[in-house]
Amino acid sequence: METRLSYQDRVVVISPETPFAIIGERINPTRRKKLAETMAQGDYSVVQEDARKQIEAGAQILDVNAGIPGSDEPVLLRGAVQAVLEVAPLPLCFDSANPDALQAALEVYPGKALINSTTAEESMMARVLPLAKQYGAAVIGVITDENGIPATAKARLEVARKLVNRAADFGIPAEDVVIDCLALTVGADHNAGKVTLDSIALVRQELGVNMSLGASNVSFGLPDRKVINVAYLALAIARGLTAAITDPTVPEIQTMLLACDLLMGRDEYAMRWIKAFRKRSKPAPA
Amino acid sequence: MDLATIYEYVIDGNAPQVQAGVQAALTQGVAADVILNQALIAAMNEVGRRFEEGEFFVPEMLVAARAMQAGLSLLKPQLMESGVKAAGTVAIGTVKGDLHDIGKNLVAMMLEGAGFEVQDLGVDVAPEAFVKAAQNGAQVIGMSALLTTTMNNMKSTLQALQEAGLRSQVKVVIGGAPVTDAFAQQIGADAYAPDASSAVRTVRGVLA
Repeated sequence: METRLSYQDRVVVISPETPFAIIGERINPTRRKKLAETMAQGDYSVVQEDARKQIEAGAQILDVNAGIPGSDEPVLLRGAVQAVLEVAPLPLCFDSANPDALQAALEVYPGKALINSTTAEESMMARVLPLAKQYGAAVIGVITDENGIPATAKARLEVARKLVNRAADFGIPAEDVVIDCLALTVGADHNAGKVTLDSIALVRQELGVNMSLGASNVSFGLPDRKVINVAYLALAIARGLTAAITDPTVPEIQTMLLACDLLMGRDEYAMRWIKAFRKRSKPAPA
Repeated sequence: MDLATIYEYVIDGNAPQVQAGVQAALTQGVAADVILNQALIAAMNEVGRRFEEGEFFVPEMLVAARAMQAGLSLLKPQLMESGVKAAGTVAIGTVKGDLHDIGKNLVAMMLEGAGFEVQDLGVDVAPEAFVKAAQNGAQVIGMSALLTTTMNNMKSTLQALQEAGLRSQVKVVIGGAPVTDAFAQQIGADAYAPDASSAVRTVRGVLA
């Protein structure tokens, strides 16, 4: 199944056959003081710098979050989106739980965006899915509903199914629903990693839709987080994960994702791997 | 068994040994509040210190808290009987719309480990539920939010407390990744705590 996102005539395809889709996560003011301060004043220079760095590092899609408490989120999200597009002509992912902010961004975006996200709660779906339909956007569906996050992979599959079915009710095809099986923290529950991995395999097998994950949550509270994050993504990719919201400027993540593409048959003649190796090996300018 | 050994078992997160140790100490006639203060609470203070200094990680804190609770469950009947008062009562929860529970659970455990009576309201807690807890006598309301989109519900809870005429009776302490000291001041909370260990100090501080 192919999820096609676009910005003007630039198209990015999320699918099991194409290179793994990196959704750059850095444009998010949570716990990033300088970004938050500049954004709150309508200064998008740090936002633009983050956009450039992530594209350079291989991001195909950029997540844009403008949730700053006490600020006007619709205004900021729209402003950030416009600023990013000035320097980064590529598909964007609008990250907000506020439908007004999502709409403000969708209105000014010429192309097919990704909405991040709706849960399977009826009240959320009723607000977010019509927006996705109206603006022809794809949407990330997070597998949690009125009862919280299901404990088992089987129960999570059912929530994923509900998301796909409800989207269809609103006229959104399954290929435009990207399921997020939720990475929970193994530091709090050592089985949390496995339940998510099992869910990914099950959703892939039963629904065949594309899946994304905000992977770095998995290692919260533990030492050597990068190693855990990278291993987790690799295990998830083997089970059918086709996109991740992550930081491509972390060298370990960038390299591991390229290796996964090669090993999953998505890098013909290993050309991308070799090219990236040359780039890494080039001595830094003196 | 001596209290220093129980103390070590709490830090190691060895629940069965803590229970055995507490039982043995009670049989030897050591007072429940002495065991509580010198073994369990003292150990959790040390766990909190190690966590704050980056020496301990989240799972180690969780197993230590579990071991502490195993010991505490044996002490509770005696503590109630002898009329030992809790350090204070705290009702804690993650605010409406937010399902993150790890930070909230850690804070709850550390508060229990510090001798507070803790009522855990769970996640996705509506303002009315916090109000009810305040009506039922909680001295401190603890709120957690992990999303920029849900932290404004802390403000709604404060307003609800105000409207119920309870605001002056309770202290409100807030925390969570996107929360800051400035935000706490802005919405009129009494204090902000950056992590589970400092939350204990903060709660003691607002009650002092």
